[in-house]
Formats: sequence, C-alpha cells, structure tokens
Amino acid sequence: MDIKELQRKSVEIRKDILKVIYEAQSGHPGGSLSAVEILLALYKERMKYDPKNPKWEERDRFIMSKGHATPVLYTVLSDAGFFPKEELSGFRKFGKMLQGHAYRNIPGVELSTGSLGMGLSVGVGMALASNLKKSSYNVFVLMGDGEIQEGSVWEAAMSAGHHKLSNLCAIIDYNKVQENGFVNEIKNLEPLGERWKSFNWNVIEIDGHDFDDIFRALDDFMVEKGRPTVIIANTVKGKGIDFMEYDNNWHGKAPNTDQYLEALLQLDNSKD
Amino acid sequence: MEKATRDAFGETLLELGKKNNKIVALSADLQDSTKAILFQKEFSDRFVNVGIAEQDLVGIGAGYALEGFIPYVSSFASFLTTRPFDMIRMLACYNNLNIKIVATHTGVTVGEDGGSAQMLEDIAIMRALPNMVVLCPADAVETKKMVEKIANYNGPVYLRLARAKYPVITDPEKTFEIGKGEILREGNDVTLVGTGLMVSKALEAAEVLASDGIEARVVNMSSIKPIDRDLLIKCAKETGKIMTLEEHQVIGGLGGAVCEVLSAEYPVPVKIIGVENRFGQSGKADELLEEYKLDSKSIVEKAKAFIRG
Repeated sequence: MDIKELQRKSVEIRKDILKVIYEAQSGHPGGSLSAVEILLALYKERMKYDPKNPKWEERDRFIMSKGHATPVLYTVLSDAGFFPKEELSGFRKFGKMLQGHAYRNIPGVELSTGSLGMGLSVGVGMALASNLKKSSYNVFVLMGDGEIQEGSVWEAAMSAGHHKLSNLCAIIDYNKVQENGFVNEIKNLEPLGERWKSFNWNVIEIDGHDFDDIFRALDDFMVEKGRPTVIIANTVKGKGIDFMEYDNNWHGKAPNTDQYLEALLQLDNSKD
Repeated sequence: MEKATRDAFGETLLELGKKNNKIVALSADLQDSTKAILFQKEFSDRFVNVGIAEQDLVGIGAGYALEGFIPYVSSFASFLTTRPFDMIRMLACYNNLNIKIVATHTGVTVGEDGGSAQMLEDIAIMRALPNMVVLCPADAVETKKMVEKIANYNGPVYLRLARAKYPVITDPEKTFEIGKGEILREGNDVTLVGTGLMVSKALEAAEVLASDGIEARVVNMSSIKPIDRDLLIKCAKETGKIMTLEEHQVIGGLGGAVCEVLSAEYPVPVKIIGVENRFGQSGKADELLEEYKLDSKSIVEKAKAFIRG
C-alpha cells in the first residue's frame, strides 16, 4: 500500500473503532485511536503472517500489551483477514468471540492481556525462544505510556538489554494521557529515551501518526544488531476526533449517538 | 532413607532434559538452592537465570511456553507465588499455558531463615486459580514421578516442594496420576488425609494410635487440585471422620479442599490440622513442627480428642 492508501485505510479503521465501541456502548477509544497508524504499518506492510494459518511458525509475533486497546487490534486483525468483519458487532457481548480485552483464542491474537506490564517479559521469552529454535521471526510488543509505570516492564527491559535481543521491538504508544490525567503530571516518564538507552536499547523517537516515520523506525529495527529496539511513538490520545483528543475522559468511555455521528462526520471530512 | 524433594526435582529435571529438548528451565538466581543448577550445568543454552526478578521470570517462561517449549520455572515459594501472582493468574492460567511452576522452601521446615521464607499460604492461592493443577509430593520418590508426569501434561502446574529432608515412604513401582490419592495404611476409626511432609507424620501418628487400639487410615493426597473426590467420599463413608494435615495455613489449603468435597457429597466431621493463622519463625525444623503442633505427638493427641469428641 502506498502512503495515500494507508492514510485512507486509517480513516476507515478509525470509523470501525468508533462503530464497535458505539455498538457495544463500552470500550476504550482514546488509546485505540492513537495506535491506528502503528498497527496498520505493521499489519499492512512490515509483519510476516498468514491469516489463513494464524500459528504459522515463521510469522512475526505481535503482542498487544496494552490489552484494553482491542478496538484497534480487532479491527486491524479483521481487516487483515484473520476473522470476518461481522464478528466485530459481537465486541464485548456475551457468548461472542471478541472479549473486552485481548484474548488468545481469537485468531491472530498471540496473548491474552488486560493486566498491564506483562507483554514485554513474554516478548523477551518469545525472542529467546526464537534464538533457541534458530528461527528468524521478530517479536513486536505494543505498550501504553502509562503502562510503563509498571515495574515489571523495567525488569523485562533489563533482560532484553542483557540478552541483546535484536529480534525484539518494543513500541510505546506515547499519547501522553492515562486514565486519570496527563502522564507527566501523574508520574512523568521523562527522560524516556535516555531511560531506555541506559538499559542498552536502540531508541528511535518518531511521530506515531506519520507512516514514513513509522516505516523508517521499523526498518532501522530490522537492521539493528546486538540490542533490542524501542520505538517511542509520539501520538495523540483520541487522534482524529477533536473532542476526544488529549482528553482522559475518553480513555474508556463509549460515545452517545450524537457524539458518534459527530465523530464520523469529522473523520469523513478529514479524508480530503 | 531421607531425601529432600528439591533434590529429587533437580535430578529429575536433568534427566528430563536429556530425553526432551523442549524442556527449558528458568530461575530467579536461586538455582543453587532449588537444585535447578544441575540442569543449568548440562544445558546452559536451555537455562535462563533472569536475575532477581520473579515477575520477569514468569513472563519469560510464558514466552517460552507460547513457543512450544516446556518451561520449568523455579524459585522459593515465598517469592515465586506472591510477587508474580498476577503473571501466574494472567499468563499461566488465563492464557492456559504449558508452564510448570516449581516452588521449593514451603512450610515451617524451611527453618532458620524464618517467617519471611516459610511459605504457608501457597496452596490456598494457587488452587483458587482456574486451570491450575496443584501437586505436593509426600517424598522424593513421588517428586521424581511428578516432575516427569507434568512434562506430559499440557497446562499450568504448581508443584510444591521443600528444603527439608523427608522420609521416603512411597513405592517407586507405583505410578502417579494427577487427581489420584493413595491409601498408605488401612484403618476404619478415622482417616488422616495428609499432603507433603505431613503424610510421614500421619504414618508415625497412626503407628502410635494403633498401640492405643485406634486404627487410623492414612491417605497421601498429593494431588490437591484436582483432588481425589471418590477416595475422599469412600473414606468418609468407611471411617466416619476425616482429619486433614498440611504444613500450611488451615485457611484455604488441603483441609479446605477436602471440606469443599465432603460438605457437598458426604458430610462427616472434619478436623483441619495446619498452621493456625500465624507466620513462621526461625528455629530448627523439628522445633518448629513442635511449636506449630505439626509433630506426630501433637497429631496423636488431636486425633484422640477428635475421635472421642
């Protein structure tokens, strides 16, 4: 896909995200809308996978460590062909496949998550296992910015640096907002890049809504040898909907009908 | 003969490693004490010392499990069960991964290290988790069978081991089955259902009780979850009273598991012997067993009172 097509696709995905949350009247829009370009860059261009054979041994692994961002994960997985789009209407509903937080029984979902701070350790284990198997797959772990306040993330960061896991790529969706306010006011992460550097990581800071930037970072990761890579993706929580942007109240809330229609209108207008 | 269950774990893990290259072992820098070091020396490429980081330990183990390996994750019970409990719940159990959590240093018999190191709550918290299997061997012989058996069982397992040397009381020729208990001594006046070291103590107590004309049946309930319901109901029917014994809090352990079955299926009086809502402390293993009334003399007294009552 060229950049123009990807940009069009990102509008489509944002509309789907709002639709599944609106229909469920439950879910997390803010941190889903911030991660759209990251997931599309991975699933449309850079990751190896086979939606008809989700457990294909050679596939690249993607762990959604911020397990509440299922609206973006499920819409992108469905778009990638892992399951029919009709399943999206069952999001968060009783007896349906698409559980509220990431769930491993869903085709394409590698790990059930929902308690923050666990994905990176699992990614370290998968990367070590890849080395032991002499496989060539890469492991991507998407984390929230608030999530890395969890101490377990830094245990994993230390392990990855120690074992020089160049097949492991952490991506931080740095949207600056967590459930109860701004990250830098609740518990500041800065100097974020310096912190990861001091754990022996290759640190790349980008605009997480700019496809060129994301591809440049992913390509840098692919050629990096001898250390893991972290992509600090500067993003906007609630990206694309003016009344949701940077507003922590939209971390985990569904829009009402008026808000939903207004959001769709804004996304349609952004296409031009 | 006496032998620590942790020693049997280390030796058996090494043997398993020779037969199955899917076995990996992970430690949070206690492999010298858990005896996983025997595996490390032979198979350094399949061993990871994650450092003093139990959350990372379980997380990395989960990564190996997802990639088709069979990780044996070991540490002291007091660090391995509570610090990474969220990881055990979410990764091992909610994800239903093929990960073996091997906890050594349970019970007051840890001894001199004192209360912080004497894990007494692990059965309660581990058996509450859906998908988790909870096993606690009576001796080194049974430990060997369990370490082998769980490699061929696909799912999360908690294996409860100890530092102390236990008398060897089980038959190496008998096979171990998950979910099965075993009658080690016949009797019809009461059944002593023990787990871990307390099975030996129950056998010792039964010998003393016999000299006083009380025939106590002794059951080794090494599979705490799933538990042998049929055997418990049979013993309740045939002996009328059940006394449970564990080197663990009376709250939520083997005794609780037994009561959950019997209260629903065949209610009989049950007396739970364990640590009564206290932490451990420093001392020699035998001194502590006496202090916490887990020695055979205390068991005899309690059994007599229970039968009379």
